[in-house]
Amino acid sequence: MSNILLQLDQLSKSFGNLKAVDQLSLTLEKGNVYGLLGPNGSGKSTTLGMILNVINPTSGSFSWYQGALTTHQALKKIGAIIERPNFYPYMTASQNLKLICKIKQCSHESIEEKLILVGLWERRHSKFKTFSLGMKQRLAIAAALVNNPDLLILDEPTNGLDPEGIHQIRKLITSIAELGTTILLASHLLDEVEKVCNHVIVLKEGVKFYEGPVDEISQSFGFFELKATDRKILTDFIKTLPEVKEMKLESNHLKVFLKAELSEEVLSKKLAEANIYCTHFVKKHPSLEDQFLTLTQS
Amino acid sequence: MRLLSIELYKLWHNRISKILIFSYFILIFSIAILSTIKVEIGPINFHLADQGIFNFPYIWHFNSFMIGLLKIFFAVIIVAMIGNEYSYKTLKQNLIDGLSKEEFLRSKVYAILAFVGISTLLVFLISLVLGGIYSDYNELQIVFSDLEYLLAYAIKLFGFFSLCLFLGLLIKRSAFALGFLALWQIIEGICFGLMKWKLSDLIPSLSAEQIFRFFPLNAMGNLIKEPFSRLSAIQNIADQIGEGFTKDYGVSTLNLCIVLAWSSLFLWWSLLLLKKRDL
Repeated sequence: MSNILLQLDQLSKSFGNLKAVDQLSLTLEKGNVYGLLGPNGSGKSTTLGMILNVINPTSGSFSWYQGALTTHQALKKIGAIIERPNFYPYMTASQNLKLICKIKQCSHESIEEKLILVGLWERRHSKFKTFSLGMKQRLAIAAALVNNPDLLILDEPTNGLDPEGIHQIRKLITSIAELGTTILLASHLLDEVEKVCNHVIVLKEGVKFYEGPVDEISQSFGFFELKATDRKILTDFIKTLPEVKEMKLESNHLKVFLKAELSEEVLSKKLAEANIYCTHFVKKHPSLEDQFLTLTQS
Repeated sequence: MRLLSIELYKLWHNRISKILIFSYFILIFSIAILSTIKVEIGPINFHLADQGIFNFPYIWHFNSFMIGLLKIFFAVIIVAMIGNEYSYKTLKQNLIDGLSKEEFLRSKVYAILAFVGISTLLVFLISLVLGGIYSDYNELQIVFSDLEYLLAYAIKLFGFFSLCLFLGLLIKRSAFALGFLALWQIIEGICFGLMKWKLSDLIPSLSAEQIFRFFPLNAMGNLIKEPFSRLSAIQNIADQIGEGFTKDYGVSTLNLCIVLAWSSLFLWWSLLLLKKRDL
């Protein structure tokens, strides 16, 4: 069995003159947790809409399981939540899940397990319309998991939730990822992606901007934030170090970017030997957010 | 069967559609109430059931026409079951869950077929019972003649519901779709009026009626013609005042074909619409 779940080949979608997705090629493999990143309107939801059979591509193609299954057959083996939870408001939680089992042709057995997982077992006989947004979103996750999917697609799962709800959903996603489910998480919230994903795809204006492991995108040697009483001596000394790429003066302290490994220990020793003592000394790694902003704004 | 059970599951758990479906079937039985109508005003003793409306084979015609009027009830259910899928966005969710667009449409069509089937069966049974009680003729040969009215009934319902399905998909909002259905009826009427007025001047060989019979709603209406003027009592009166008319009350094969052609067109357009639209 091959590990390839989904392949996109030059997939494009235009809405009139607007190119929402432009020649996107991608391969998703089993066992990874993918983050699909991009600002609002970058084509994330359109891309997901196309692979989920609700938006017709303008050109290009995609195939599930290397073409072994048609799209709608393949969708029975995956689980997806897009934007807002859509259920029949007049049915109860468990009635809705039973209907989904009928559509997906999977057994009803795991309904109980999934409702317990998302903490809705007590409310299983309540109608969907009585649920809060957080509960609706959790029910959507239960629905997406009810067939024990090969791939779980989540589009902005914490959108519109209160902090409590966001926290619950994140905890859920992390625990699902730990179980080894392949996940495609679309989000514009970077810390969300950084915490659970091992692979990121960055979209900007419908074009793939970056694709690779999450540690590679943030691969850099970090930077130091330094402050000393005599700034001139400090700057002159730092200039002489071979590991330094560039320096920037930012809000009263010196930001020193590195092009090679330089640990806190080594630098402080070197400074001490040069008789320079800092009033502020921190080493930082850029967050995914910094990286993302540099990527998409350039 | 899976597709049908999906659709029935959706309908069954919706209280409003459940009530509508039940009232529809109960209303069908209400035709039996007609039989109990008795008017006694002094010397005039009028018992509707004695007027021959429940005579075989006329009863097939009468009941299928009368019960056919109730189809609008079911039209509401059909339009609502499509409109809801759009307003709850569950159509999108169904597709994401792995129903294909074609399967989605088929589940709706199967539900329609099931209801048409049940409805036709009920008409058959009720007519058989009522006829059995009140009919003057009980020879098997007469009882089971003119059964083509039941076929016409089933096809009339199916054609009408296909149109409702298509309008529901086209317009997405139940109330507007029903409004459009009424508008459609009016437009057909206006077209007929215009044709009657002008057409004979333009093309003398064509009569407005000839073209009008191809219009969908009119074709459905033509399947089962009004049965009242066929009643012997009314025929007698007409004869007496010298207005004796002969009208063909039969079910014409051409009309059946026209309605079936429209149904397939409506279903085909529905599928194209579903496939073409982004959700």
